[in-house]
Amino acid sequence: MPFKRNPQKFSAAVTPVTIGTGERAVTLGGENVMPLYTFDAPIENRPRIGVEIAEPGFEKAMPGLADYYAGAETIADLAKKAAAMPGADFIAINLECADPNGEDRSVDECVEMCKAAADAVDMPIAVIGCKNHDKDAKLFEKISDALQGKNILVMSACEENYKTVAASAGLAYGQKVGAESSVDINLAKQLNVLISQMGLSTDNVVMNVGSAAAGYGFEYVASTMDRVRGAALSQNDAMLQSPIITPVADDAWNVKEAMISEEDMPEWGPTERRGVTMEIATAAACLASGSNAVILRHPESVAAVSKFIGELM
Amino acid sequence: MALKGLDIFKLTPKTNCKECGNPTCMAFAMKAAQGSVPIEKCPHLSADALATLSEATAPPMKSIKLGEGHTLGGETVLYRHDKTFVSRSLFAVSVCAKCFDEKMPEIEKIDYERIGEREYVELLNCVYDGDKDAYAELVKKAAATGRTLVLECSDVDAARAALEICAAGKPLLNGANEDNYAEMSKLAAEFGVVLGVTAADLDKLHDTVEALEKLGNKNLVLDVGTASVKDAFASAVQIRRAALKDKDRAFGYPSIVNVGKLAPGDADMQTALASLFILKYGSIIVMENMSYAQALALYGLRQNIFTDPQKPMKVEPGIYPLNGADENSICVTTVDFALTYFVVSGELERSGVPMNLLISDAGGYSVLTAWAAGKLSAGSIEKFFKQFDIENKIKNRNLVIPGKVAVLKGEIEERLPGWNIIVAPNEAAGLVKFFKELKV
Ligand code: B12
Ligand code: SF4
Repeated sequence: MPFKRNPQKFSAAVTPVTIGTGERAVTLGGENVMPLYTFDAPIENRPRIGVEIAEPGFEKAMPGLADYYAGAETIADLAKKAAAMPGADFIAINLECADPNGEDRSVDECVEMCKAAADAVDMPIAVIGCKNHDKDAKLFEKISDALQGKNILVMSACEENYKTVAASAGLAYGQKVGAESSVDINLAKQLNVLISQMGLSTDNVVMNVGSAAAGYGFEYVASTMDRVRGAALSQNDAMLQSPIITPVADDAWNVKEAMISEEDMPEWGPTERRGVTMEIATAAACLASGSNAVILRHPESVAAVSKFIGELM
Repeated sequence: MALKGLDIFKLTPKTNCKECGNPTCMAFAMKAAQGSVPIEKCPHLSADALATLSEATAPPMKSIKLGEGHTLGGETVLYRHDKTFVSRSLFAVSVCAKCFDEKMPEIEKIDYERIGEREYVELLNCVYDGDKDAYAELVKKAAATGRTLVLECSDVDAARAALEICAAGKPLLNGANEDNYAEMSKLAAEFGVVLGVTAADLDKLHDTVEALEKLGNKNLVLDVGTASVKDAFASAVQIRRAALKDKDRAFGYPSIVNVGKLAPGDADMQTALASLFILKYGSIIVMENMSYAQALALYGLRQNIFTDPQKPMKVEPGIYPLNGADENSICVTTVDFALTYFVVSGELERSGVPMNLLISDAGGYSVLTAWAAGKLSAGSIEKFFKQFDIENKIKNRNLVIPGKVAVLKGEIEERLPGWNIIVAPNEAAGLVKFFKELKV
C-alpha cells in the first residue's frame, strides 16, 4: 500500500492578533494547524521573537549582556541596541524595578522609561510588569495612556487584576492585553472568558499560559500548550484560540545551569554558553509546543531561534 | 487494520474452556481487541489464526531493542497528556576515523545523575567516509568504549566488516536505502541487528519499509533524512502520526534524526533542533558534538517530557542529614517535589556544611506551587515538626526557609517559638554563597 497522507488542517484557527503599527507591526497567530506543522497547511504568520530589556544596569547581572550593551546609558540606548539584534521582532520592557518590595520605582518614572524606549525604535513594544498585581494595574493604565496609538502589548492581566487592566489598557486605550495564567488549561480559558465578558474582543488578547525552564517542570508547560492548541483547533474553542506568548528569558537565566560560575563548576564550561543554551533549548521547546512568540535576552539566542524559525517556515 | 472483538471471537474455538483466564471466549476476544491480553494466551488458536491475529492486535508502534538495555519506540500516544511517552529519546554523537580521538574525551566527560537517572551520550554514531580499513579501525575503537554503536554506513562490504567487529554489542546498522535494502537486510538478519532505513521521500520510505517487511525484517528504525530541517521535521511528525493515529503499520517504527547534518557546525541550531525532536518524535537524536552546556539543557528537557504524567515525582517526607549532620546541626527546609529535592540537596551538599534537610509533605509540588495551593504554609511546617518530633530530635534552633516563601517567616516564628527563622535566597544556586556568609 502506498503511503496515505492525512493532513491535519482544521476548520478552526488561532485568532490573529497584531501588535505595533506600520511596517514593523507583527501579527501573531492565524494558523489552522498544530505548531510548526507547515506540511499540513501553510503558516502565514511565523512565530516571533521579543527582546527583553529593563532599566539600565539590569543587563550587568547577566554574563555577556554587559558587553553587548556596553556604552548604553539610557533605556533608549538599550532599546536601540536590542532592536539591532538580527532576528528581533519586538521589544519587551521589563519593569521589575517597579516592584514595591524591590526598588519601587514610581509609575511616572516607568511611564517615562517606556516612552523613551518606544520613541527610540520603530518596533512593536510589549511591557512586562513587576509581578505585583496592584502596581501592575496602575503601571499598565498609565503606560497605555501615554503610548496611545502605538498598539502595545501589556503583559500581564491575571486573575487578580484583569478587570482594571482589560478596562484601561484594552478598552479605554486600545492596546493589546496579555492574559497570564499558571500552567492549567482551565485557568487559561476562564481568564479569557472573564476578559471577553468585559467587552474586549478576542483579537485584542494574547495569552501567556505559564512557562518554566527546560528541566524545571517543562512537561506541564508542554502539556498545557498541547491541550490548549488541541482544544482551540479540534474543538473550535474560541476562548482558547488566542495566540500564545511565552517569556522564556526570566526562567531560563535563573536556573542553576545558567547561574553557577565556571569557577564553581569547571567541567561545565563558561557560564554564558550555558545560559544561552538553556535559553535556546527552552525557546525551541516552547515554539514546538505552541508559542506564537517567545521573549529572550541574549543576542546569540535571538539569532539561533530566529534561524530555527526561519528554517521551519 | 485494527480488529474488532467480534472478528477475534470468530477465530476462537468458542468452547469457553477458560484456559486463557477468561470466563468465555467472547470475554477473551474483547480484551484481546483492546490489547489488554496478548493473543497467545489462548492455546487453542490455529497457527493461521494466530498469525493473522498477532499481526492485527500488535501495538501500533514496535519497541526496538538496541545495545545493552536500550529501548526505542513502543509509543502509543501522540501527546503525553493522553497517557505517557514511554521510551526517552537517546542521544548519539557522530565520530569518524579522523575525529574519534579528539571527540571521545569530551563525550566521556558528560556522565552524571539527574533525579535518579544516568545522563550521558548513550550512542556513538560511527560515520563511514569511504575508507574501509579506517572504518574498521574506528568501529573497533568505538566498540571498546562500551557504548552502543550506530553504524552510519550504506556500503555493504564496509558494514559487514564493521559488524564482524561489533555485532555482539547489538548496534544499529543505519544504512538501508531504496537501492541496497535487500542486501542490507540480509546482513542485518545475519548479524541479528536492527536496521536503519532511509529514502528520498516519505512515499519511497513507505515502499522500502514494506519491501523489507516482505523480506521478513521487522526490526527497523526509520531515518527521517537530512534534506532540510523542514523536511526532517515533516517526516518525523508524519511518520509518527501515520503509525499512531492512522494505524499505518509500515511507519510503526522508531525514528532517527541527524541534527548534526541538518545544521553542520552550528551548535546552537543543533540545540534548538534537538529540543524540537525531543518533543516531536525523535527516538534517536544524532549530534555533531555534545557540550556540557547542551547536555544540561537537553537532558533536563528530555527527563521532563518523558516523565509519566500519572506518577507524581515525590520524595519521602523526613529528616535528611547531609554532610555528616547530627542533632546540633542547622536545619533547612523545602518541599517533597523530587525535582526540588534534587536541585536543593545538590547545592546543600556542595556547600559542605553539615545540616539537617527537613522535607515536609507538600503534595509533591514545587515551592511556589505548593504555597499557592496551600500545601506549604506555616501550618504545614508546624505539623511536620510535630509529626517528626523535631523539637526533641534536633537541638539546633535555626531553620532556613526558601527565599520564594519569605512571606512565611513571621507566621512560622509564631508557630515555632524558640526557633530562629532565616530566609535563604530565591534560587538554590545561591545556597553555597549563602552558607559561606551565614553567621548564626
Ligand atoms: C509546573 C508547575 C505547576 C504544576 C505542578 C508541578 C509540581 N510538581 O510542582 C501544576 C500544573 C500542577 C501547577 C499547579 C498550580 N500552580 Co504552578 N507552576 C508550575 C511552574 C511552571 C514550574 C514549577 C517548577 O517545577 N519549578 C521547579 C522547582 C525546582 O522549583 P522550586 O520548587 O521553586 O525550587 C527552586 C527554588 O524555590 C529553590 N528552592 C527550593 N527549596 C529551597 C530551599 C532553600 C533553603 C533555598 C535557598 C532555595 C530553595 O531551588 C529551586 C531551584 O532554584 C511554575 C512557574 C515557574 N516557572 O516556576 C508555576 C507556579 C509555581 N504555579 C503557580 C500557581 C498559582 C499554581 C496553581 C495554584 C494554579 C491554580 N490556581 O490552580 C496550581 C496549584 C496546585 C493545585 N491547586 O493543584 C504560580 C505561583 C504564583 C505565586 N507566586 O504564588 C507559578 C509561579 C506560576 C505563575 N507565574 O503564576 N503548577
Ligand atoms: S482459552 Fe481460548 S478457547 Fe479457551 S476460553 Fe479462552 S479463548 Fe476460549
